[in-house]
Amino acid sequence: MEMVGGEEDRRLEETELRLGLPGGRASEGETAVAVIKCGGKRGFSETVDLMLNLSTKETLMDLNDKVKRNLAKENDDPVKPPAKALVVGWPPVRSFRKNILAVQKSDVKESEMMSGGAAFVKVSMDGAPYLRKVDLKIYKGYQELSNALGNMFSSFTVGMIDFMNVCKLMDLLNGSDYVPTYEDKDGDWMLVGDVPWEMFVESCKRLRIMRGKEAIGLAPRAMEKCKNRS
Amino acid sequence: MNYFPEEVLEHILDFVTSNKERNAVSLVCKTWYKVERESRYRVFIGNCYATNPERLIARFPRVKSLTLKGKPHFADFNLVPHDWGGFVDPWIKTLARACPGFEELRLKRMVVSDEILELLSKSFVNFKSLVLVSCDGFSTDGLAAIAANCRYLRELDLQENEVDDRSGHWLSCFPESCTSLVSLNFACLKGEINLSVLERLVARNPNLRSLRLNRAVPVETLQKIITKAHRLVDLGTGSFIHDPKSETYQKLKNAMSKCESIRSLSGFLDVAPHCLTAVYPICPHLTSLNLSYAPGINSNELIKLIRHCRKLQRLWILDCVGDKGLGIVAATCKELEELRVFPSDPFGPGNAAVTEEGLVAISVGCHKLHSLLYFCQQMTNAALITIAKNCPNFIRFRLCILDPAKPDPDTMDPLDEGFGAIVQSCKRLRRLSISGLLSDKVFLYIGTYAEQLEMLSIAFAGESDKAMLYVLNGCKKLRKLEIRDCPFGNMALLADVGKYETMRSLWMSSCEVTLQGCKTLARLMPKLNVEIINENDLWDEIPADDDRKKVEKMYLYRTLVGPRQDAPGFVWTL
Repeated sequence: MEMVGGEEDRRLEETELRLGLPGGRASEGETAVAVIKCGGKRGFSETVDLMLNLSTKETLMDLNDKVKRNLAKENDDPVKPPAKALVVGWPPVRSFRKNILAVQKSDVKESEMMSGGAAFVKVSMDGAPYLRKVDLKIYKGYQELSNALGNMFSSFTVGMIDFMNVCKLMDLLNGSDYVPTYEDKDGDWMLVGDVPWEMFVESCKRLRIMRGKEAIGLAPRAMEKCKNRS
Repeated sequence: MNYFPEEVLEHILDFVTSNKERNAVSLVCKTWYKVERESRYRVFIGNCYATNPERLIARFPRVKSLTLKGKPHFADFNLVPHDWGGFVDPWIKTLARACPGFEELRLKRMVVSDEILELLSKSFVNFKSLVLVSCDGFSTDGLAAIAANCRYLRELDLQENEVDDRSGHWLSCFPESCTSLVSLNFACLKGEINLSVLERLVARNPNLRSLRLNRAVPVETLQKIITKAHRLVDLGTGSFIHDPKSETYQKLKNAMSKCESIRSLSGFLDVAPHCLTAVYPICPHLTSLNLSYAPGINSNELIKLIRHCRKLQRLWILDCVGDKGLGIVAATCKELEELRVFPSDPFGPGNAAVTEEGLVAISVGCHKLHSLLYFCQQMTNAALITIAKNCPNFIRFRLCILDPAKPDPDTMDPLDEGFGAIVQSCKRLRRLSISGLLSDKVFLYIGTYAEQLEMLSIAFAGESDKAMLYVLNGCKKLRKLEIRDCPFGNMALLADVGKYETMRSLWMSSCEVTLQGCKTLARLMPKLNVEIINENDLWDEIPADDDRKKVEKMYLYRTLVGPRQDAPGFVWTL
């Protein structure tokens, strides 16, 4: 995994990814930028998230120029601009206010879901160039969801991935296999599969299929699950 | 004059209330110093680590009112780890020992515990006022102690604190004998409270002028409260959901129309668009309106409401109001002095947003505007130049373009000229936050023209060290400088180290400053605390090697008392 540039280095964790558009320039393409989780137990958890920078060419160029000047480097490789994504502490809105708005938003969503409407949530997968949306209400359970996700992202992965086979994942956790996670109403990132399906549908705000390496923090619970099963 | 009685001097000094002026008075001679310090009751300490409680008592033994600020400003945006510091404990403990007559405590960004609140409530018989802004570490148990023990409590004001809400029981802890309340604000509490207890509390405190409820208080209770609180000037609604066809709505509207005294309105933590009509009766008197916690109210509803508010001086609103809505504000609110427009979707530009057009309209209509906080999608140089011409009276100008480092969309230029116009035109500017694409030039303008500037916030701006130097050399009155994600390094940091003793603090994060630079600075300036915040590596000692490593977060401040003893493991003072 390549690093972007000196300035980016310090701000971004190693979890930063770069993807090349088919036929794009060598070191170019969309940038997925991971967000550093700020230390501290409380406060709004700046969740690790991926958003793809599909900024217009002009903005890209400007930011490129700016970053180039900043680094004062003569470099043929165009430097990655800061993605138009979540940057820690930006925009500078007090976390208290951010939290209130987040709760209000999820309340609205909750009432929409309660009213029997669809429960569309975004699904991102580490390494994929774009996100998908699924309506959780059309699935009857975790296995169905897992199959659907596997189908959806099969073009980006080598072979089918069985998201629910957590034990198999544990064996290959340092490899390239994936762990399904979701963000709940409180803004916390959880491992998929712990709670009953209905509770999951109600509390899930978005899904992220995390690469094995990053799921280490969530893996211990998966370990226990494996132990309990076997 | 050989003999000038101290009593006379003290009497005269009673009329000098501003601390700035009193500081000047105390420099005249020893006698004046002595008289002044013995008659100083209100003390303001902008950085709790710049001094310590012992020195406070030694200098001002009769202190009755203390204002303390703890964490750096960027802590508001999650840039400072939770347990960085800012504990109020040593201050309260010392005051409890030495100042039994202590009456008033105001804290901002500090860590407060239930134990300390209890100590506070039991140590000072005359305790009158507790104001906590953006604090954390305490629960409703601490509030219960305050309610129960502070017999002459006048003010309990909780603004945007992270409070562990264990139960609403605390409100019941106000004894029947508590009749002295003037201000009660618990809007930031998330939990339930006993509504009848609240009603009785309001009924027996006829001097209540400011009351801000939390989300758990429904409209039915609000209506009852308004009819009982006749002197209410400042009201924060709780939940404001009601059916316009219901009897409750009628009662509420009637109660509102009888309210002659309310001048300030906030809350609306839960509100639906059709509910706002209930407050129309009080709108014509309002001087302050805060709708910034009410998303989901679209521009048209906001416009309808604002049309009734001709006397508004302060308006806090969400960007759902739109440029069109701001045009209506400009046409209606001719007395407007302070405007804050917050993003309704802080996580990314949403559909609702404002642009330079809204702000230009405001500048045309509202000539008294002097304080601005504006989150917008985009800004142009032309707009800023126009705004600067229309509003030369800005004292606070904080502009946040949501997309970091975004240029002028019309010309693709940096926004140097626009902000340059602002600092040139607004000679009284004391606080400035800049954003968007900015080169070194804007800093040259700031250094040259912003003579009264005291606080500057910079993010994703500048091209070289020169930028920071322009500011440090030019802004003589600079007190607080906070910088993130800018290419400023050791050269800028070390060029004028003496400058930092004239300032309260400097924050630099994600810049080019290295450990070597920070160490050098710390060595040269022993009266500064140079703190490095390192969340990723918990070092036991500063590693001897790797001084070239860039420092992620540095916070330095002048202090009389050396490195603080309560720094956690990930903070080091060099």
